[in-house]
Formats: sequence, structure tokens, C-alpha cells
Amino acid sequence: MSVAPAIHRLSSASKVLIRSISAHNSLKTFSLTGHRDQACIRSRQFSCYTRPLRSENKVTVHFINRDGEKMTVKGSPGDSLLDVVIDQNLDFDGFGACEGTLACSTCHLIFEEEVYKQLGPITDEEMDMLDLAYGLTDTSRLGCQICLTKSLEGMTARVPESVTDIRQPDMGTTSSS
Amino acid sequence: MNTSRVFVFKQLKSLLRVKCSSAAPSNDLRRLTSTPGSCPKVCVVGGGPAGFYTAQHLLKAHPAVQVDIYERLPIPFGLVRFGVAPDHPEVKNVINTFTQTAQHERCSFHGNVNVGKDVSVQELQQAYHAVVLSYGAEGNRSLGVPGENLSGVYSAKDFVGWYNGLPSNKDLKADLRSETAVILGQGNVALDVARILLSPLDILKKTDITQPALEALAASRVRRVLIVGRRGPLQVACTIKELREMVNLPGTKPEMVTAEFQGIAEALKDLPRPRKRLTELMLKAAQGSCEGGGAEKRWGFRFLRSPVEILPAPDVSRAAGIRLGINRLEGSGEGARAVPTGEVEDVECGLIISSIGYQSLPIDPAVPFDPRKAIIPNRMGRVQEAAGLYCSGWVKRGPTGVIATTMNDSFDTARSLIQDMETGELDISTAKMGSQAVAPLLLKRGVSPVSFSDWEKIDTEEMKRGKAAGKPREKMLDVAEMLKAAHA
Repeated sequence: MSVAPAIHRLSSASKVLIRSISAHNSLKTFSLTGHRDQACIRSRQFSCYTRPLRSENKVTVHFINRDGEKMTVKGSPGDSLLDVVIDQNLDFDGFGACEGTLACSTCHLIFEEEVYKQLGPITDEEMDMLDLAYGLTDTSRLGCQICLTKSLEGMTARVPESVTDIRQPDMGTTSSS
Repeated sequence: MNTSRVFVFKQLKSLLRVKCSSAAPSNDLRRLTSTPGSCPKVCVVGGGPAGFYTAQHLLKAHPAVQVDIYERLPIPFGLVRFGVAPDHPEVKNVINTFTQTAQHERCSFHGNVNVGKDVSVQELQQAYHAVVLSYGAEGNRSLGVPGENLSGVYSAKDFVGWYNGLPSNKDLKADLRSETAVILGQGNVALDVARILLSPLDILKKTDITQPALEALAASRVRRVLIVGRRGPLQVACTIKELREMVNLPGTKPEMVTAEFQGIAEALKDLPRPRKRLTELMLKAAQGSCEGGGAEKRWGFRFLRSPVEILPAPDVSRAAGIRLGINRLEGSGEGARAVPTGEVEDVECGLIISSIGYQSLPIDPAVPFDPRKAIIPNRMGRVQEAAGLYCSGWVKRGPTGVIATTMNDSFDTARSLIQDMETGELDISTAKMGSQAVAPLLLKRGVSPVSFSDWEKIDTEEMKRGKAAGKPREKMLDVAEMLKAAHA
């Protein structure tokens, strides 16, 4: 039982390495597997390869949804915040539409200042998509790119309002250019 | 146990609230609140992102609503299949969510049904408690200049439809013999077209681009693509991801006019971050400081230019050039306006692609339509002066935005609908027949609908053919072929 997760981790790490090399060469590999493999390209490159087995290694995180409700869940180090939202069935409308492939901004999360500083480098690719997010702040990141580590224990992430929460009485003007 | 009470409480709470934030099994509440035959029935017209996202939200927010999606083509997904570029497969991941929605026990997909022709909106309103119009924008905005109908001139919508396998664009004969191509418009669709025109074949041949398009591009003589806009660098409508893809496109080099960027560097510091990063990247490309191997292909923006006339070749049957009026800018930022100076310049080119926007068309006399804005007049998705009619997506707010924009917009319409059910604004007290009333009409009219599992047969066959060719799928290009596979 202790061998199998380590092997799994090694093979997903090597998938990640291949993908990150391809990314540098501007060739895209297609997403044939689910969201989990696509997330955390940069972070997983440098993280530990053996998956912790015991539950003491879980990380507690809090989410505040669009209604202001706080939800407390646990995830494993190495999971992205998108993984956690999906695994824990947190019901945020429309969250993670592109399944963690940096093709949308729907997993946009807002962090506290001190937590944000610890979150690790942001790639151009992530920033390009984040630029499209509604309600962008100085402490915004995309949840599919943030991987849990023990140092993020107890952090809170807020799900921002989506565009339509600003009610406009007369919708439907075509954009002029 | 506590948990089941919490679940039921959450469901009751969600019934009372417009915005629903908790999911729960539908079975519990159906026993409590619904009587047989009293499920609200909603019909969605259009099987693209707007239709599917509206359905998704309705199904989640109401434990008994039945949603039927009608789509004119035998196959679902609209612009996700026919608009998103072949080299952007991740963007198409939303299809997985749509598939889940279609397979929901209270949802059914009816393809190959032309609403407005095979069945009227009035007949749908008799069969359903509510009808949501999500049929998008299938028309073009016309350039309105002489020569627009010459051979070699295409709308981006049709060009994209052609390389993406839209049946109605199957016979577009793309003339790619010209060395220079001019694209009018500087949005993401324009950049998609430029990128597909100049992408190395090695990349394209592994995508789901159609075989005829691949062959045409393999024989293409296009080496230079100009992306022309009527305003300046600070007004481009494209986003940075697409621009970065052009800058990094193997085998190409940017070719811009440095004079057109005068004053731009100074304006950078006052720009919001998204616009600032986009402009910085553009400046970098313009200054030629970007890496690009083998410069045999070139692309560039041209600013402050509007089409005045498309110039014919001596034999007058096809385009040989374009006359561009030169503009100056009045005002600044997003609100800046292009004002003609009266000067013109001619560009020699045999391929002109107009990427100035899609346009919705009226579907049925029973549905109000604003011809000036080319949308269905509405307030928060409720069609004005038409009880029981709603709209979502491009037909509601105009043909702009990415899939996520349409997603949020569709959720909005669904919320309005749910709210109307709860307040009684929408009468759901009388039982309606739904698809059981529509099916006999279709049968009588010789229409054979395609179900979602029929689509899955088409899907499987396309993927099988694709595998043989080293592609994710080989799309069928012909409605007759699709129907044959569907009813096999």
C-alpha cells in the first residue's frame, strides 16, 4: 500500500515535467486526462514526490462563498484549490469551467494579503487569464494554480462576485468598438 | 440523523431564495412539494453554451423542473464546436459539463429541430410553461462597402465555420492564393483567423480542424497577414493570451509600423493592469524584440484604418486589393472615436476577412426583436411584452464575450425564471405536455429529432475516424451524414 501512491506520484510528476518542457517550447499538449493533472504545473515541479498517507498531513482551508458563508474543508498537500473545491463538493456556481487548463478565469479567488505573499510565483499564462477576471484585486489568483502546502494551513479564500451580480436594468447593448 | 434534516432545510431555503448555493438530491424534496404531473416544463431553444448553462442552472435550482433543449443541427454545443479555434482544445472542456447536463434525468436534447420552421414558438409556448431563447447570432455584420461580394472576401464567421466544419460553410471555397491577407477587426476572432492562416501544418494536423481546411492551408500561399482596426493600439479588442500566441507562433515574425505607436509607451503608466500588459506586449512585438525562428511569414496590426472599398482584379470577378480610409482618434481610452481624415491608402491583397462581429436574426413573429441592436429586447432575461418568454446568451445581450461571460449571463436568466416561478409571475399551476405535445407535430411534419444518445453515436464515429488520422476527431461535414450515423 505504501508503494503504489509513490509510483502514482512519480508518474504524474513526470507527466508534469513533460508538460512544463512542452510549455516552454510553446507547444501545447492536449488535456486527455482530468483537471488534476493539468493543475499546479509550476508548483508540482518543485514539490515533494511522495504523497503523504496519514490524515495528519491534511491542510485545513476556509472558503467564503458569494453569499458570505464560510466553509471549512481539508485537502492534501499538492492538491490545487480547484481540486479541493471539486473533491469537497463545494457548490460555487460555474467554478472551474475549463477544468484547470488556464483557459478561463472562473476559478478566480481572493486571498488575504499575508497568505497571498506566500503563494509562489505567478506565470504569464496565469496572469493572462486572471486579467480577464471580474473584480480583479491585488491579492487575486486562479484557484487551479494554487497548490496546498502545510504553510497554508488555516488560510481563507474568498469567491468573488461574478459579473451578473451587478444588476443592469437594460441589458443587451452590443459593444461598440 | 442530523445530515438529512440539514439537506432538506437547505433545499427549502434554496426554493425560497433566488440564488441557490447548495446542491442536494432531488428525490427528498419531490416527495414533499411536487404532485405528479405538476412539474414545470421549460423549453430551451438553442443547444450552445447559453442553452446548456441556462438548463444547468434551472435543473439545479428547482427539484422538479423538466428542461428540453431544441437545436437546429443534429449535434449540440454550438460555437464551442464551431467557433472555438481547433488549437484551443482546453476551451472545449466545457463540453464535459454540457454532457452531464444533457444526461440529467430531467433534461432531454432534441437535435435536428428547426424552431421557427419545424415548430413555431407559439406551439412551444402551448406545450411548455416557459420558453428560453438561446439561439445565438448566426448572421454577419456587413461591411457596407463596394466590392464586398467579390470572390476572396469572407466574413470571419464563415471562414471560422469553414475550418471548424459548420455544415452551412462546407462549400466555402477559400481562395488562399494571395501572398497578403487583410483581416478587418482586431478582436480575438481576428487573431484566431490570423493564427490559423499562419500556423505550421505540423501543429494544425493534430487538431480537429477539418480535412478540407487542412488541405487548403497546406496549399496556401498566404505569407503575410495584416490585422486592421479603425482605432489605435490602446483600443484593440483582443486579449493578451491570443496576442501572445501570435508573438510566439513558430515560423513567423511581427511586422508593425513603429510610427503607429507614437505616444503609447508614455500612456502605459496610467493604464489598468490588463490593458497595460496587453499594450506592453504589443509594443515589444512592434519593436521587433521578440524571438521568432524563420521569418518567412509575417503578421502585424495596422491602426487607424477603415475599409472604404474592395478593389477588383482586372477581370472584375475577384478581389485584388482594399482601399483603406485613414482615421484620426478623437478622445482616448475605451471611448475614443475614429474620425475619417479623407486620406486613403491602397493595400494589395487577394484575401480579405471581415471580423467585425456576428449578428442575431429574428426567429419567429411571436418573438419581439430589436432590429437596430439585433437582439431580443429584455430585462434581465425576461423578454419584454411577452409573458413566458426568456432569453440568454448572445441573442440577449449582443455577440461579445467569452464562454464564461455567457455562462454568467445564462445563470442570470435562469434566476429570473426561477424567481418568476416562485412569485407566481410565471404560472406553473396548469400541467403542460412538454415534448409529448411537440413530438406528434414533428412526426407529422416529417422531422426526425436526434437524441443525445444519437449524438453520442456521431461523437464515437468522429473520434474513431480522428484516431486513424492522428486527430482528436474527424468532424462530419454534412447534415445527411450526421443523421445517417445518428439513426444507425
